[in-house]
Amino acid sequence: MTLTDWFNKRKMQQIAARDNDVHIDDSIGKLWTLCYNCSSQLPKKDLENNLMVCPNCDYHFRIGARKRIELIADNGTFEEMYTNIKPCDPLEFVDTQSYKSRQESAKAKSGLDEAVIVGTCLIDGQKAAIAVMDFEYMGGSMGSVVGEKITRILEYALENKLPSIVFTSSGGARMQESALSLMQMAKTSCIVAKLNEAKLLYITVLCEPTFGGVTASFGTIGDIIIAEKGARIGFAGRRVIEQTIRQKLPADFQTAEYLLKCGQIDFIVERKEMKEKLSKLLSMHNNKE
Amino acid sequence: MKEKQVQILDFEKPIYKIQDKIEELKKTSIDTNINYSEEIKKLEEQTKVYKKELYQNLEPYQKLQIARHPQRPNFMDYVHFMCEDFIELHGDRHGHDDKAICGGLAKINSKNVMLIGTMKGKSTKENLEYNFGMPQPEGYRKALRLFEHAERFNLPIITLIDTMGAYPGMKAEETGQGEAIAVNLKEMAKLAVPIIATVTGEGCSGGALGLAVANKVMILEHAYYTVISPEGCASILWKDASMAKVATDALKITGEDLLKYGIVDEIVKEPVGGAHYSACEMANNLKEALLKSLDEFKGMTGEELRNQRYEKFRHLGVFLQ
Repeated sequence: MTLTDWFNKRKMQQIAARDNDVHIDDSIGKLWTLCYNCSSQLPKKDLENNLMVCPNCDYHFRIGARKRIELIADNGTFEEMYTNIKPCDPLEFVDTQSYKSRQESAKAKSGLDEAVIVGTCLIDGQKAAIAVMDFEYMGGSMGSVVGEKITRILEYALENKLPSIVFTSSGGARMQESALSLMQMAKTSCIVAKLNEAKLLYITVLCEPTFGGVTASFGTIGDIIIAEKGARIGFAGRRVIEQTIRQKLPADFQTAEYLLKCGQIDFIVERKEMKEKLSKLLSMHNNKE
Repeated sequence: MKEKQVQILDFEKPIYKIQDKIEELKKTSIDTNINYSEEIKKLEEQTKVYKKELYQNLEPYQKLQIARHPQRPNFMDYVHFMCEDFIELHGDRHGHDDKAICGGLAKINSKNVMLIGTMKGKSTKENLEYNFGMPQPEGYRKALRLFEHAERFNLPIITLIDTMGAYPGMKAEETGQGEAIAVNLKEMAKLAVPIIATVTGEGCSGGALGLAVANKVMILEHAYYTVISPEGCASILWKDASMAKVATDALKITGEDLLKYGIVDEIVKEPVGGAHYSACEMANNLKEALLKSLDEFKGMTGEELRNQRYEKFRHLGVFLQ
């Protein structure tokens, strides 16, 4: 193998890995990660110590639900709920793979039963109901289980008069459950209506990426809508829009920063400040009647 | 005569071949003075049987084509055939009037209602005007304004849905397409008047649902309701848009399937061959179903209506526990 071959092969692998939405590991013992944004090679340890944020360009890598909970909940206070709710395959959906096998590989990939974790925790001593989506499980897509778990935790917040925070990271409604997934949009929005009427604080944090059915339901009806720095947020996908309007979109289109300018979100938060900001928000809404 | 003007779908062609043959025989029988009435009768019987079989056993993909038929009755056709009176109300009061969503005060069988729906055109010119029935955020905001108006004046809300989905445009994203739909879902949950939604053609994705958080959801016999268009699904999951037919089957988009999961509550019969064969007959069927549905919610208080609607959607979804 010549040196050029080696470079070519490496490049092809990187492209392939990118297509699969997998973070790239260098061949040297998975110690290095390539930044999506600035392409710098980062020691994985440094990246992890920096909350999975690139130290060079501040690019926020996607993080899993468990990691996120670690970052915002007071140590050891998170109590997971409704873990008994598990997915099935009501439509016996088969595309290039069966839905069942997709569920299995998603489980193996993410270590989760479904694309959301819900429960309660303390944030600087303030109790909140939280739901955290995880993109690693089938692109964070919302099917019956995601809809049900989010509805249940918000119902729990309603019953116990707790503020609630939902972190989104999702490609949208899950196609494999078709109209059942669509109905989860209605279901989750209906419970938010009840929170509104009970005057309970409902905060949404839109993380990379938030699209489709999640944007068009519980994601964008928060009393406060926050976006994590650099997150891409939208209803339709960029490619679909480009094909429809037959023109190129600006590079920063559908980023958190772009949406802030459009008046669609309240503010943008960097990951390292997330807990502090949430804690402040909770404390600034706790006036007793 | 009217049937001749209908644009024929591919799978309907065999019927028309027989019908052409009948016409031909009739003509020769006149020209040559030979009596073919036996043959004609036989062929006519054959058509009848064939038609019945064909339309009763349509595959999902064939239904999809009927649901998308360019001559399918649109919102204004239903207004024309169902309402004694209709006053269209325009605008979202924030600078826009989206023509893809129409709404207004209607009188149906002397009942006052708020009638709102997506509007498709039947020609290219009309379609450009109505943006192919794909609403912008301002369309959903107009609908919301009308929902709230209806509640204030105790008017039942009837929505008619026929859309490929909310418009995927740059401006739509900038002005909050997702938010506009989400707010409708949430606010519809709060309304204290009966809401009856009907999918009359295409019911695609959030764009359709944005008008469909209702006490009762109906669907026309050949209409479809899905989370994503079969083409969109095929290009994402199969990475090949030409797999749309397979995706159509997989997505379970027909009325019978949706009825099974409680996603729709009732299927409204269409004229033989589909709504486009007789907009008048279709509208009459729909009117009857709507009036019957409104009666079902008669006498319920606002709170009862809200609870019924909440419970209906609360229980949708299939999972293990």
